[in-house]
Amino acid sequence: MNPLDLARWQFGITTVYHFLFVPLTIGLSLLVAVMQTAWYRTGKPQYLRMTKFWGKLFLINFAMGVVTGIVQEFQFGMNWSDYSRFVGDVFGAPLAMEALLAFFLESTFLGLWIFGWDKLPKRVHLLTLWCAAIGSTISAYFILAANSFMQHPVGYTIDAAKHRAELTSIWAVLGNSTTLVTFPHTIFASLLTGGVFVIAISAWHLRNKRNVDIFRPSLRLALVATVLAGVGLGVSGDIEAKIMTEQQPMKMAAAEALYHTSKPASFSLFTVGSLNGHSEVFSIRVPRVLSFMATGSLNGKVEGIDNLQQQYEQQYGPGDYRPLIAVTYWSFRFMIGFGLLAALIALIGLWLVRRGQLPTGRRFYTIALWSLPLPFLANSLGWIFTEMGRQPWLVFGRLKTEAGISPSVTGGEVLTSMIVFTALYGTLAVIDVWLMAHFAKAGPAAEVAAGDPEPVFAY
Amino acid sequence: MHLHDFWFLLIAVLWSGYFLLEGFDFGVGILLPFVSRDDVDRRITINTIGPVWDGNEVWLLTAGGATFAAFPEWYASLFSGFYLALLLILVALIVRGVAFEFRSKRPDARWRSAWDKAIFWGSALPALLWGVAFANIVRGVPLNAAHDYTGNFFTLLNPYALLGGITTLSLFTLHGAVFLALKTTGDLRSSANRAVKRVAPVAVVAAAGFLLWTEISYGKAASAVVATIAALALLGAVAFSLRGREGWAFTLNAAAIVAAVAALFIALYPNVLPSTSVAAGTLTVTNASSTGYTLAVMSWVAVIFTPVVLAYQAWTYWVFRKRLGRGDIPGPAPASIEPAAVG
Repeated sequence: MNPLDLARWQFGITTVYHFLFVPLTIGLSLLVAVMQTAWYRTGKPQYLRMTKFWGKLFLINFAMGVVTGIVQEFQFGMNWSDYSRFVGDVFGAPLAMEALLAFFLESTFLGLWIFGWDKLPKRVHLLTLWCAAIGSTISAYFILAANSFMQHPVGYTIDAAKHRAELTSIWAVLGNSTTLVTFPHTIFASLLTGGVFVIAISAWHLRNKRNVDIFRPSLRLALVATVLAGVGLGVSGDIEAKIMTEQQPMKMAAAEALYHTSKPASFSLFTVGSLNGHSEVFSIRVPRVLSFMATGSLNGKVEGIDNLQQQYEQQYGPGDYRPLIAVTYWSFRFMIGFGLLAALIALIGLWLVRRGQLPTGRRFYTIALWSLPLPFLANSLGWIFTEMGRQPWLVFGRLKTEAGISPSVTGGEVLTSMIVFTALYGTLAVIDVWLMAHFAKAGPAAEVAAGDPEPVFAY
Repeated sequence: MHLHDFWFLLIAVLWSGYFLLEGFDFGVGILLPFVSRDDVDRRITINTIGPVWDGNEVWLLTAGGATFAAFPEWYASLFSGFYLALLLILVALIVRGVAFEFRSKRPDARWRSAWDKAIFWGSALPALLWGVAFANIVRGVPLNAAHDYTGNFFTLLNPYALLGGITTLSLFTLHGAVFLALKTTGDLRSSANRAVKRVAPVAVVAAAGFLLWTEISYGKAASAVVATIAALALLGAVAFSLRGREGWAFTLNAAAIVAAVAALFIALYPNVLPSTSVAAGTLTVTNASSTGYTLAVMSWVAVIFTPVVLAYQAWTYWVFRKRLGRGDIPGPAPASIEPAAVG
């Protein structure tokens, strides 16, 4: 493999891995903050026990998110130095803002929250968790603003002599339409992730009627959050698809493996056979749905891959402008499918817990437990879709991926770091999952009365 | 002052802040196996930095992000050039970060001792390598006309840079010892003070040698003055420590670190990464910087938000200002029943 492929693989591995933890951090921080707020408002010890139980799982996950995040900030310079030179004037700004406005807030206030139980007044202590949760959420905004510049560059000019993009309007970059729609989509996805996490673990305990006073309210809160997140994901995803069609029509065409411009265009639920446009064996198609997804009209025209390829060759010169169709096609479907399935399970759950009830029998609990991987798969596939669908571009229409790598870094060096990160991340994944499972199964502390002196130490 | 000079200054401030803060939590991590005789001691040791180490590390992320935003060419050449060194630092920081969180999660002695090793190596390696990296920045590295690094990993391991590494390693260890003495009581405090006595001679000799070498080879009048201040502050820190004035010792040691970093940045200016091979390869505050507009935007952001960050970080240190002793560690080994607190 050449350095380009290796650098891409490394970015894919480290980023997908990092993003297993990030949405759970954001989602759980909000849910735990709601729990602690409930305790603060009502003083009921069960809410304190909830806060501490889910808070512990949140912190184990948070640590993984933080340490894998450091890699992200270094990786642009290490493996993608020519990319960094090309975009730094624009892309660096949201990254620096993320560190200054979000990371400090998140890490400092989380330190206060973990260690401040007996040192801060209750109200202030509650506020520290909200500050940390807000910090995580703001961080998503800035990194998405940076990413959106790659999808849909705005607010810049190209300095041909220096061969770089130069910022002309920070407001255009921060107010990029792509950012404005991917941000809510990501936050809803995070809420769905946190929600399903709480649902699955609560279901595991409720199946055996353990700690019902903790897990029933946990379940209900998470079900509500997950259903809301599902609705939010649908709405934001719908707007996102239309924006994407406008800004990156090739990505939309690749999402459907649509080779010829069609009006109206159907959406295939799945396809048997190759996706090369002429050896399809069988597919289930829903008429007009792609038209609606892409344009908002049941009769809208959706451009095809072949037509776009021709158009891009004229616009950008000879080259292959098609992403890997099999990857975009399947990741797009499974992202939607897994997300939708998780939201539907939550909707059924919400019906089952109505008016103080609990689901009877074991079936719902088993399904809920097994739904745990769904949001993680959907999140990963969503990013794989949006990043792979942008190929061959690194910055859409401006810089190709192959032009972004570090000229001074050898294939051997990239391979070394890829092996090191993969091995390290693999080991940490095993430990992390083991610890999470251990504490999830152990359940909440027996008694945490409000008057008890709070333990001081986390470490 | 030109905006790119202001950003050079700001990046120097961020790195000084990073070394001043993470310097002592690296030091505490390095001393962990040596100052504590049992698990309770080790838990106190870790808990002195528990609430703050993560916030301290964000100074690094901010320095990295600010370099990317203000001097993209510097960021690109530096991070791709120092590839394997940074890889080692990343691995160390990852292992160290999870070690703090995971260590307490099981009572098992082997589990904890494994994470203690991770904390030690995860602290010692970056403490050494940051010195190597910064010495190389001041000394310069081979860069071609496109500003790409043309050396390899071993190019970075020259005598000057290695002395830089020993300087940061010993200086941060000393910083950790002084901090630990300030933050603990009883036996732990005494053994931290003993550690100060053992590490101080190494740190003083290494720092004096490194700063002298820097001045002779790369220095100018201003950096010489600041380097002298650094050396005096370091001696003062040791003197105060010997007299048991731990607060002053820590303050002066912090000043020594800040002044030493400042001396390096002054020696470096107006370059940001000199080339030792082709003159055209040298990166300066002018040819590495972003546009005036980007720098202006980022200046506003920095001017408005840095004081806010400083205020709440300072408040954290105030909240956790108390010394810790064995009485602060609750009950029996907590993870055997339930990990203490929420963590």
